[in-house]
Amino acid sequence: MKKTYINGVGCISTQKTFDTVFLEEAIPHTDETVLTVISPVYKDYISPAASRRMAKGVKNGIVASALALKDANVENIDAIITGTGLGCIEDSEKFLKNILDNNEEFLTPTSFIQSTHNTVGAQIALTLQCKGYNFTYVNGVVSFESALLDAKMQIEEDEANSILVGGIDETGDYTISLFKLAGRVKDESNLTSNILNSKTSGAIYGEGASFFVLENEKKESTYAEILDVAIINTLDPNEVETEIVAFLKANNLQISNIDALILGFNGNVDSDIYYKDIAKNAFAATPQLYYKHLSGEYDTASAFALWMASKVIKTQEIPEIIKANSVEKPVYNTILLYNQLNGKNHSFTLISK
Amino acid sequence: MSKMKGVAITGMGIISSIGNSVEENYISLIENKIGISRITNISTIHADVIKVGEIKKTNEELVSELNLTEDNNFSRTAMIGTLAAKQAVENAGITSINEFRTGLISATSVGGMDMTEKHYYDYFKHTELVKYIACHDGGDVAEKIAEELGLKGMVTTISTACSSAANSIMLGARLIKTGKLDRVIVGGADGLAKFTINGFKTLMILSDDFNKPFDNERKGLNLGEAAAYLVLESDEIVAKQNKKVLARVSGYGNANDAFHQTASSENGDGAYLAMKKAFEVSGLKPSQIDYINVHGTATPNNDLSEGRALLRIYQDEKVPDFSSTKPFTGHTLAAAAAIEAVYSVLSIQNNVVYPNLNFENPMEEFDLQPQTAAKNKNIEHVLSNSFGFGGNCSTLIFSKS
Repeated sequence: MKKTYINGVGCISTQKTFDTVFLEEAIPHTDETVLTVISPVYKDYISPAASRRMAKGVKNGIVASALALKDANVENIDAIITGTGLGCIEDSEKFLKNILDNNEEFLTPTSFIQSTHNTVGAQIALTLQCKGYNFTYVNGVVSFESALLDAKMQIEEDEANSILVGGIDETGDYTISLFKLAGRVKDESNLTSNILNSKTSGAIYGEGASFFVLENEKKESTYAEILDVAIINTLDPNEVETEIVAFLKANNLQISNIDALILGFNGNVDSDIYYKDIAKNAFAATPQLYYKHLSGEYDTASAFALWMASKVIKTQEIPEIIKANSVEKPVYNTILLYNQLNGKNHSFTLISK
Repeated sequence: MSKMKGVAITGMGIISSIGNSVEENYISLIENKIGISRITNISTIHADVIKVGEIKKTNEELVSELNLTEDNNFSRTAMIGTLAAKQAVENAGITSINEFRTGLISATSVGGMDMTEKHYYDYFKHTELVKYIACHDGGDVAEKIAEELGLKGMVTTISTACSSAANSIMLGARLIKTGKLDRVIVGGADGLAKFTINGFKTLMILSDDFNKPFDNERKGLNLGEAAAYLVLESDEIVAKQNKKVLARVSGYGNANDAFHQTASSENGDGAYLAMKKAFEVSGLKPSQIDYINVHGTATPNNDLSEGRALLRIYQDEKVPDFSSTKPFTGHTLAAAAAIEAVYSVLSIQNNVVYPNLNFENPMEEFDLQPQTAAKNKNIEHVLSNSFGFGGNCSTLIFSKS
């Protein structure tokens, strides 16, 4: 069975995560409830003519994937696997509004074409002329982990040598207004300086695109090996620890072997309880990191977390801004990531040097 | 790639415009009962122009059939998905869903768009509708099904337009093959939505008449709605439970045409590559296929591209009996490959090739004639194609157990 290595990363997010080392210019967002990406210079990657027709998510996906390929020094890949919660939601909004506002008349197909969930994966395939395997997963906050698990299986089974895997989501104004109405986005009056101490429900929302080149060989650019990925739809808060212990055991590890734990705290007091108990007890002696105060919450925010974990292992440094406790370790070789949203769609990702 | 015996299929469930169960669908297929009609459940200005494969049940009827409470927030897609998945689980004789490591891999193109488009501007005025905001999410259908089945393990959803369910079946087979799961419920669901109707309308690929796959005068597709799920199980637990195997998933392949966001390349590169991979995985030769359930949407572009790909696969050999079942059901998008997987298994079980209805004149570009009447013969292997926007091309091969 072949091993899976992260050999290149590319991240477009609400922080400066390109043309930087590792979050040295990052700022926590404490005064906004909806964050937008810091845009790269698109014309360096996409012709202006093509760029004009592309959705925000497509553009960010193309740039993030190009960064990952360059980082891995790879030109051709065997497969493209993406995850996205809502796809190119701005185009979905646009097409739907046109239908409703104009009573199904005077419509043009552009936004309908872009609204399909697999647009980003398809556009990257077109750009790279990659005729290989091309899947898109759309299952809330396990969309990215589904892509990751699929890619790992492909490499293990020798079905592919190199795979581009990514998570992409964009915000859409109307959808955000609906999320606010449904209580998913924090109210302006409930903003806290530190989401770890939040006493209110809802989260800060964001968007981004993070891509990874996974290969079956270790090389100079290697960040880490992906040891395992698990997806579980439903867990009770009191089942989390048992589940993690079993997951680690299946990989011949125990809690003490974990050098850092990355948790998906989003400031929603109702569902952060899933993290709080293990943070306080089972993992009390483990360095803990968090990230959604930087990236915002979105369905594929956990791809931002994997980018962060990759960087920690490569640089052997943890920026202060992502530390959730003060525990330190001499080396950071094995990292566990845990994410969920509202108690559903739990994922555990394990990577190691 | 290793040759495989194939992953066991132990249960199936389906709801489409030609029937509310596996049996009803089969009877319609062999008795030429089509499900294409005028749309009644959605109010659209295109109602008198288009024909659709609509399930003639209202949302209220579906709610009561599923015994859902009044405060439920099921989209139409989630309701038909739940009906089909429940049938599949029952058909497989599963009584304790979490007994083995069990997953659910679903597929959808629009998810709960039917509710979103119905209530989009009303959410702010009518707070009782706010519950439907959550069902827009593509994963909502799978999560609702998992909840109804009591399934707690791995749940995910694939959305690659019209090939989505083929890919969920493919992933399910691979999860079993690699030993990650013992049992997977795979399939897809898509309800009709104004969003999709108008989207296809603007692309000018909807026919105003009954769709005619592989006919020289074909004018486009009829949209449809459906849901179908299959239960896949590992050989180990099949043996342990002494289960009957309906058929096997013996081959699969996915490739990208990398040609155009919504059109297929002229010589069907993606389709050719997907079929080629499926043959490699199965270890079968093209000549061993007894029936091809083609994608055959009846758009000028698809049938030309798919036909050319078939001719490239078969080269000097004769292309086996083939037909598109879309004249019966319409094109059910993300569910298409799932309902056609059920039809493929039924073809193997009953040794029958379904007719490609509405066919009159062969296409001028090549010499390919679909099977136009139901035909009985021994069926060992069925190949099923599904292609989607974004150049997504998938092939599945089903074999007798």
